[in-house]
This record gives sequence, C-alpha cells and structure tokens, in this order.
Amino acid sequence: MLKQVETSRAIAETVALCRPEVICAYPITPQTHIVEALAEMVGAGQLQHCEFINVESEFAALSVAIGASAAGARAYTATASQGLLFMAEAVYNAAGLGLPIVMTIGNRAIGAPINIWNDHSDSMSMRDAGWIQLYAETPQESADLHILAFRVAEELSCPVMVCVDGFVLTHSYEPVDLVTQGDVDAYLPAFEPRQVLDPADPVSIGAMVGPEAFLEVRYLAHHKQLRALECIPELSQEFRERFGHASGGLLRTYRTEGAETIVVALGSVNGTIQEVVDDLRREGSAIGSVSVCCYRPFPLAALRAAIGEAKRVIVVEKSLAPGIGGILSTDVRTALSHTSIPLFTAIAGLGGRAITKASLRGLFKGAEAGVLDALTFLDLHTELIQRHLERESKRRRSGPPAENLLADIRLLAAQIG
Amino acid sequence: MFQIRIHGRGGQGVVTAAEILSIAAFLKGKYAQAFPAFGSERMGAPVTAFCRIDDRRIRLREPIVEPDALIIQDATLLHRVPLFDGLADSAYVLINSTRSFPELALNEIAKPLLPERCWTLPATKLGLEHVGRPIPNAALLGGFAAMTGVLSIDSVASAIMNKFSGSVGEKNVAAARAAYGLVMERNVAHAEAS
Amino acid sequence: MPAPLIKFYQTGTFTIGNRLLDEEALSVQADELRPNVLTSGHRACQGCGEALGARYALDAAMRAAGDQIIVANATGCLEVFSTPYPESSWRVAWMHSLFGNAAAVATGIAAAMKVKGRPNVRVIAQGGDGGTTDIGLGCLSGMFERNDDVLYICYDNEAYMNTGVQRSSATPPAARTATTPAVGSQPGNSFGHGKSIPLIAMAHRIPYAATASVADLRDLEYKINKAMRIHGARYVHVHVPCPLGWGADPRDTVRVARLAIETGLFPLFEAEFGNITDKTSIRHLKPVEEYLRLQKRFAHLFHSGADQQWIIAIQEIANRNIREFGLLAEVSHA
Repeated sequence: MLKQVETSRAIAETVALCRPEVICAYPITPQTHIVEALAEMVGAGQLQHCEFINVESEFAALSVAIGASAAGARAYTATASQGLLFMAEAVYNAAGLGLPIVMTIGNRAIGAPINIWNDHSDSMSMRDAGWIQLYAETPQESADLHILAFRVAEELSCPVMVCVDGFVLTHSYEPVDLVTQGDVDAYLPAFEPRQVLDPADPVSIGAMVGPEAFLEVRYLAHHKQLRALECIPELSQEFRERFGHASGGLLRTYRTEGAETIVVALGSVNGTIQEVVDDLRREGSAIGSVSVCCYRPFPLAALRAAIGEAKRVIVVEKSLAPGIGGILSTDVRTALSHTSIPLFTAIAGLGGRAITKASLRGLFKGAEAGVLDALTFLDLHTELIQRHLERESKRRRSGPPAENLLADIRLLAAQIG
Repeated sequence: MFQIRIHGRGGQGVVTAAEILSIAAFLKGKYAQAFPAFGSERMGAPVTAFCRIDDRRIRLREPIVEPDALIIQDATLLHRVPLFDGLADSAYVLINSTRSFPELALNEIAKPLLPERCWTLPATKLGLEHVGRPIPNAALLGGFAAMTGVLSIDSVASAIMNKFSGSVGEKNVAAARAAYGLVMERNVAHAEAS
Repeated sequence: MPAPLIKFYQTGTFTIGNRLLDEEALSVQADELRPNVLTSGHRACQGCGEALGARYALDAAMRAAGDQIIVANATGCLEVFSTPYPESSWRVAWMHSLFGNAAAVATGIAAAMKVKGRPNVRVIAQGGDGGTTDIGLGCLSGMFERNDDVLYICYDNEAYMNTGVQRSSATPPAARTATTPAVGSQPGNSFGHGKSIPLIAMAHRIPYAATASVADLRDLEYKINKAMRIHGARYVHVHVPCPLGWGADPRDTVRVARLAIETGLFPLFEAEFGNITDKTSIRHLKPVEEYLRLQKRFAHLFHSGADQQWIIAIQEIANRNIREFGLLAEVSHA
C-alpha cells in the first residue's frame, strides 16, 4: 500500500514484516526514529514474538544481537556514526562468526569535529569488516533493502548493513509502497541457521584459530562475498517478481547508453545526479550515471560493463580518506584497471554540506571541458582554508581549527553584509 | 514542481507543517517530498523545513534554494536569518504576524513581489483560539491553501487528521479553516479593489 | 553456610565424607557420571585455579539445569586454553565473542531462548577479572540493570594472566605484575580503594550475588546451584589463584585460596536483592603475611630492608573486611 510516510517509519514497518525476534536499541541520531517506531510496535503487540532490548551502548547492542543470532534468533539493530565506531570490534566479530544480523546505518559523519549530518564516513570505516553493504537510493529502497538484506544474510550466513543517508532519507516524508506480510513471508523463509547454540547438540562457536587455519577461515569470508555477487542479483530479481517493483541489485545505470561521461555514486545523491544528467542530456551532453547499491562485495565486473566505452568517469563520494582522497574511487579504479579511462574524484557532501544541482552541473561540465582536477572538493570554501593556513604559519599556538573556521565564517559574512 | 520553504523555531511544528503539506499533496494523487534541515537544535532555535510537490516522482535531494512559496512561522526571525534567499518574483510569502509587511520593515522585500501573494496572518492567535496552544502551523497551512490554491483546504484538513487523530486533529483543522476563511476574504477584497 | 554440613566419622583423614552422605548431598563431582563440561585435555597450566573453578561451577550449573545450558565466554585464559582450533574442551553449547561483551552476548542468547519459548534453557556468561571488572563492566552493569535472565560467573585471578600477568582493577595492592613492577618508592600495584564487583552487583539489587572460592568447592557448587534456581540477573565471583601469575607453587592453589579466606582478604558471602544474607565466618584467623609469603608477586615485601608499612596496610584491608562483613562474629572456639 502506498503511504506518505517518514522513511524511518517505513523502514521500521518493513523490518517488522521480516519478523525479527530480537531487536537491540541504543539511541543515536539519525537512526533513532527507526528503533523508536519498532519499540512502539513491539509494545503495542503489533510485532509479536520479538524481544526489544534497550542496551547501554552500541557495543552492547551488536553484542546482544550476536548472542541472539548465534542462538538461532533473527536479530536486528540500527546505528550511525560514532555508534558504529563504538561497536567496531563487534562489527568484525559478527562477520567473522558468520552471523546473519541485519543492521541499518543512518549514515552520518564521524567527529571530531562532532557533526550529526549525513555523509558516508561511518559505513566506509567498516567496509572491510566482512559485512555486505547495501546503499539505498530512495525512501522506497530504504525500506525494501531490509527484506533483501535478511534474505541474503541468512542465505549466506553473513551480516548485512543497509546504509540509508541520515536526514536526507531517514527524515524525509515521501510516498513508499509498503509491502504485505504475506508477500514478505513468501519471500523470506524462517531463519534456518547454519550454526546454532543448542544444548541438545552442543558446539563451540568462536574458538581460537592459529596460523594453521586462519588464512583459510578468512578466505572463506572472501568466498562468501564473491557468492553474494551472484546471489544478490538473483534475489533482487526474485524480489521484483514478488513485490512488483525493483530494489537492490548490484548497481543501476541511468542513461549510460553511448555516454562519454559516467558519474558513479552511492546512495541518495544519485537522485540529484540523475536530474543533472537529464538537464545535460537535453543540452546535448553524452552523460549518464551509475548508482552502486551493493558496495561490499564490490561489483567490479558489473561496473566495468556499465562503464563500457566511456571517455571519463567521475566519482562523487561522501567520504574522504585523508592522505589519498577517495574511497569509492579506489574501488572504481580497480574496476577500470584494464582501461585507460581517466577517473575524477569529487569529495562532496561531507558533514551534511548540501550537494546542489548547480554544483554538480559545474563539476560535470568541468570534466567535459577537460579542466577538472583528478581530486576535487566540491564547493570547498578556499578562503577559509587560506586564512587558517596563514594563521598556522604565523603562530605556533594557532588554536582549535574548528573554532577558528567558525569565527572566520562570521567575520566573512559580516564583511559581505 | 512547486517548492515550499518553511522557517520557524524549534517547538513551533515547522517540520510537521512540511510533512502535512506533503500528505495533503499525496492525498490529491501528487508526488511530494518533505524534509527538515534541522540539526541538534533545541526548542526556540531557528528551524527550516522543505516541501516539494510535483506530478512526477521527485528525485531531487538538494535543499530548496529557489522556493515558490515561503512560510515564516516566527516573525522574530526577520532581519536575523536570511529568509528570502532565492525567492522568485512570482513567489508567495506568508508570515505569522499581526502586523503588515510595511510594519515589519519588509517593503524592500515585497517590492518585486505581487501584492496579492504577500500576506501576514495572526496564526499564533488562531492557534491559541482553536488549538489552545500558541502553535501557528495549522493556521498557516490553511492560509497557504487560500493564498496559493496549490492545495485545497479539504486536502489540508484531511492531511491534518492523518497526522493527528481525534480532537487534536479537529482543533488544528478548525485553526486551518479559520485562517483559510480569513485569507479568502482578503483575496476577494483584493480582487474587488483591483 | 547452608551448604550441606559434612560430618567426618573417621579421624585423621578427610577421605571419608561422600560415601556416607545422602544422595542429594553428594557433590556433583563425586558422581562418576558428572557432566564434565570442561573435559580433560585442555591447555591450562598445572594447578590452574580457573580451570578447577570453571569445571565445578559449570558442572553444578549443568546438573541444576538438567543439562540445558548455553555458555557465553569472554576472551581470556579460560577461553584460550579450552579452545585452540580445532579442539574444544567444552561439552556444552559454548560461545566466545569478544573480551568485553560476554554479559551482552548472554543477554542475546537469553532473549533468543525466551522468544523461542525455551525457558528451560539457562544461560551462563563467564569471564576472568579483566573481562569482568575492567573491559566488560559496561555490558555487565547493563545486564544487571535490565535483570536479564543470566548467571554471570567471574573467575578472579587478580590480573591479566592470558597476556602475561598485567595489572587489572582486581589486582591487590603491592602485587607485582608486568605493568606494576616491584621497583621505586611504592613497589608493585598502587594502593587504591579497590573495586568490588560483588558490591557493584549488589548496588544493582539483582536477585542474587555471591562470592566463592576454589578453596571451598562444595560451597561453590552450593552457590551455583542456588543461583540456578533463581531467575533474573545473578552473579557469582569465584576466587581462583593463578600459580603462574601469583608465583605460587601449583600444588598450593587450594592452600593459597584458603589463606585468602582465612586472612579476611577474600570474604565469602551471599546477597539477595542488594542485602547480604549470609557469610562464611573465619574458622582459624591467619595474619596476611602467611598468605603473602606463599606468592612471589609479594616477594619484594619480604626483602631485607623492605618497608614494613605495606604489609601493615594489607593487614588493614583484611581487618576492614573482617569488621565490615563480620567475619569473626560467629566463630565458636569449640
């Protein structure tokens, strides 16, 4: 049923349809609305056979989910930003143990400086933890991916993160087609664990492994991810047949036929990119875009095919690896390794900085004109940077950068005003 | 696409107002997107929310930089926060105030705009009268419906009832309808005058 | 203590007891068909107090729960010596996740059992003092506060033994560890105010908290058995000497543990809902020196020219325990 609804609410209602048995909650902006809605559903009896546990930290949230999953329960939690970092040890542990937990990430920047707004620094920091990572493009997909996530997780015995842009998607009120319990039940069978803590058939889970077998255990984790590359398209296709609309898959192309310029991005910014692509196509540019849904495992072959004979690739990414630049770009570069197609990285939208059509348009036009640097920081306020660097060169005790920059913004604004 | 930007302060239902607009549009078979630009602000801090309405699926996710309509829920924001950025000459402006545009020192702002698209409305007073709380949002939405005709007052009323059930919903609907009536009277008066 | 009193009918030997006891008063370990949850072949050191404590505790728990238990184990010696892949000494559904999350993992297991309608399956979390008093305290406190249906057992050997004997917040004052060397003006671990997890557990007013020792294994079995009859958050803190880390002779493990009790340094007590309900009185009060002398970690206190004030200060700790827990109050000199 189509409803005008906050995306967090749509996610919660969809998660509830997946019949989770244990939900762990710890508040952190901007994922909180999801677990609040689930608490209400459990409390009101709308979601039955489910334990909702308020824990004392994100580390505990995922640890409770680990215990529940190992004991054969379908487990779910949600977090963001600092919370994901606080549970980092358990993030790796859940993947190492092969426990099919599903976790929503309300994507948010990582401090310092503390910042509650959207970018992808949090989930990127866990990209090598062994979880499958799916990035939602729209409110609809934010909800749908959870059904796919439980199915893929349990099929492969591997945890899945569903990454949803904080505020931009989590707090957006939009039409979402909420699926039915019957369809979800038909798509998502009951959880049949590969390993389970059972007094009747006792096993030891999480034993110590030395050099003689550790490499093999890790290889199997890689192998599992490679299997996900085959499994995700199949299960996404089945999803489409069952629910009547498409969500998930490895990646989606937009007007890439004959495109000379291809823009690659993760998540909700793809909507704005597609608007710009339409504008530029109207003006005669040969441009298209690729929305990468499945970031881990990274769909090298699918991306290589999507890029085809393009003359240039621009990666617009909401994360930064200081000291090298792009993170998604590194993966895209691997996909391009057999080609001579130049790759441009635009770091954009960090800490909630708006990514506007106007800025993207300038970026893409710059690439077409051959004046774009290999690494660009979209809408970087260079005057602020200059002032700070000058300050540092003049004084040893130049002070806290964040505070100085804010003071400069006020100063510059006053000059203009 | 019709784009609405709402400015107010935390606690005045700014985000809720944008959501109600999106529901009203949705109930009329349109596509709509409402989202906030708030952060960690508390009660009283400036808050902005956005609503886009269109006949086709909305993909754009930038904040609204060129609004077709501006709703200002708190007149104390005037001259303090850049409220009028990106405003087109054809835009609508609705301000919660008992005073007029000249009294609010907005002559310069109003100059390029059409006079029948610039209204102030005693929305806090209407909120107190009908809802029993100084919440201006429902009244402003009624005024918005009357001023722009983008949404009917009935779909705004249905959206309010969709968001708030029972007597709270009904009281908010009453505030919206009262404001709607007030602005419609002015529309008629303006049409007769010109 | 309310553990079944054993009367000895033969003099000069302690070997008689069990044959003459009633069936239900027999210890779990006296049964040739005991569960043997931690079976032989593991890689603990000779004289390991933790292995001894864990075997008694879990066998008692297993028996009490009709073999229906699941164990969550923190990282530490116990986890490492029992499960080098591909061998496991655990004859129980057992899981190790991380160092600091055993209590939370157990909460998750208990939640799974509840939602799956298997209330007969009981959940135990266990860890050493590092995993309990330091890195795992947040998760432990959360489990207590929510009153989750978990029995947490801490095997306290008073330092990080697995990593090579470093100080934990359970390390006693003056003890030498790898990170509190016996050098300088205050050799060994500093004199803080200590950190009692049993008292912290009591502050959460959980249904049951107790201390136990490998020096009194029947009492340990009794307390585990009692804890297993209760639902909600429960905590048993077991004192387990580590021959390696303490520098004690492996054959003296039980002797050292007993001296900890008889000096007053390790009080044995039980508490329900935050109130102490019982305690073990000291039968033969010993000076702390007798306990300290058996352990090389305190050897610097006995070097020629060593400052006597440290031993006096440790005796003060014992005296305070004796006063506060009333450990001498009911001693009869009969």
